[in-house]
Amino acid sequence: MQGSASLEIAPALTAQGIACRRGDRLLFRGLSFALQSGEALHLTGANGTGKTTLIRALAGLTTPFAGDVTQAGPLGLLDERPALDPELPLGRALAFWQRIDGCADPSGAFSVLGLEQLLEVPVRYLSTGQRKRAGLAALIGRGVPIWLLDEPLSGLDVAAIEQVTVLIQTHIDEGGIALIASHQTLAIKGLRSLELADYAAPIADFESEA
Amino acid sequence: MITALLRRDLAKFFPFAGGGAALPTVFFVAVAMLYPFAVGPDAALLGRTGGGVVWIAALLAAILPLEKLVAEDIELGTFDQLRLRGVAEEAMMAVRLLAHWLSFGPPLVLAAFPAAALLNLDGPSLHLLLIGLLVGTPGLAAIGLMIAALTSSLRAGAALSGLLLVPLALPILIFGAGALARQDAASLGFVAAISLLLVAIAPFAAGAAIRAAREV
Repeated sequence: MQGSASLEIAPALTAQGIACRRGDRLLFRGLSFALQSGEALHLTGANGTGKTTLIRALAGLTTPFAGDVTQAGPLGLLDERPALDPELPLGRALAFWQRIDGCADPSGAFSVLGLEQLLEVPVRYLSTGQRKRAGLAALIGRGVPIWLLDEPLSGLDVAAIEQVTVLIQTHIDEGGIALIASHQTLAIKGLRSLELADYAAPIADFESEA
Repeated sequence: MITALLRRDLAKFFPFAGGGAALPTVFFVAVAMLYPFAVGPDAALLGRTGGGVVWIAALLAAILPLEKLVAEDIELGTFDQLRLRGVAEEAMMAVRLLAHWLSFGPPLVLAAFPAAALLNLDGPSLHLLLIGLLVGTPGLAAIGLMIAALTSSLRAGAALSGLLLVPLALPILIFGAGALARQDAASLGFVAAISLLLVAIAPFAAGAAIRAAREV
């Protein structure tokens, strides 16, 4: 319902010649892609290649070292920190984001993700996988067309992986965009993939090009 | 959206309302209680020096909540998620400044009554103390917020913030306690002016600091 309202403009996410660095080290450079409505991209790469750095740059939280990111339509991020107050019961922690987002009843997402029986449990007692699912419920509640998912399947059990995959598939089928950084294989139709190692910039290589 | 933010921040920091701690107020009264034991029960001496002690206690009480003030929400990712929803860092910090002040400013003003009784402060001194705390604590809250935001990405941030707050709070202390020593309400105008300036720049300085903390 909220989704269709924000999907009136065709969502798009474009990266043009992105380079990111961590400290003095260039992680990758020359990375470009364009995602239109209904497309999904699987971002792969070994630990430390800069998947999270790229996602934070795409989200606009940090400025890339070089290149441009353009987005049409609002964007949501799910990373390893679901931004839920650890002392509060899950229901109240999620209620804060519902008030911020002005969304009425995300109970659909709660039941699909099996969160209903966890609403009274303080967030600090939840497992990694349960927190992940709660973060995803908050993301779904926002109804934004562009999803940036950083390791959405880590810590999830087999059943939850299937549910989350279905949710991502549904989001894409409804015209959304998803960019998923994951070490797992994803059973999503029409998924393109982008290997970050292809854009890695060893210092020697970079100097010889220059 | 701002009311939702303020509600969350108040629930987080306000004493007795949910998860908040009453520690600054308890600390403040404890100092006022211990001082007569340390210097002896000389009523005249207590009356003369008590006001200064109350100000020092207020300043130190303002340091106590700094550890939780900003760093926790950076770690949780709350500020990132709010940014993605189009909330400016300056707005987040302005709301937090208000919540932080409400959580320790008014409680300290109330706690000044028992503190004044314990230190044998007379009526006019209590009057100056109450007004001074009321106009001075927003400035202390603003300094605290800026320091908490600047040190949020450091490992030893909590210890450092205490050390950093003390010199920056000196002007407020000098004019606030000075008003008591000279029985002169005019110095409280300076306290108010310093507070106003600090409150005006704190959301921008703290907002820039949490943006910079993302780039690390």
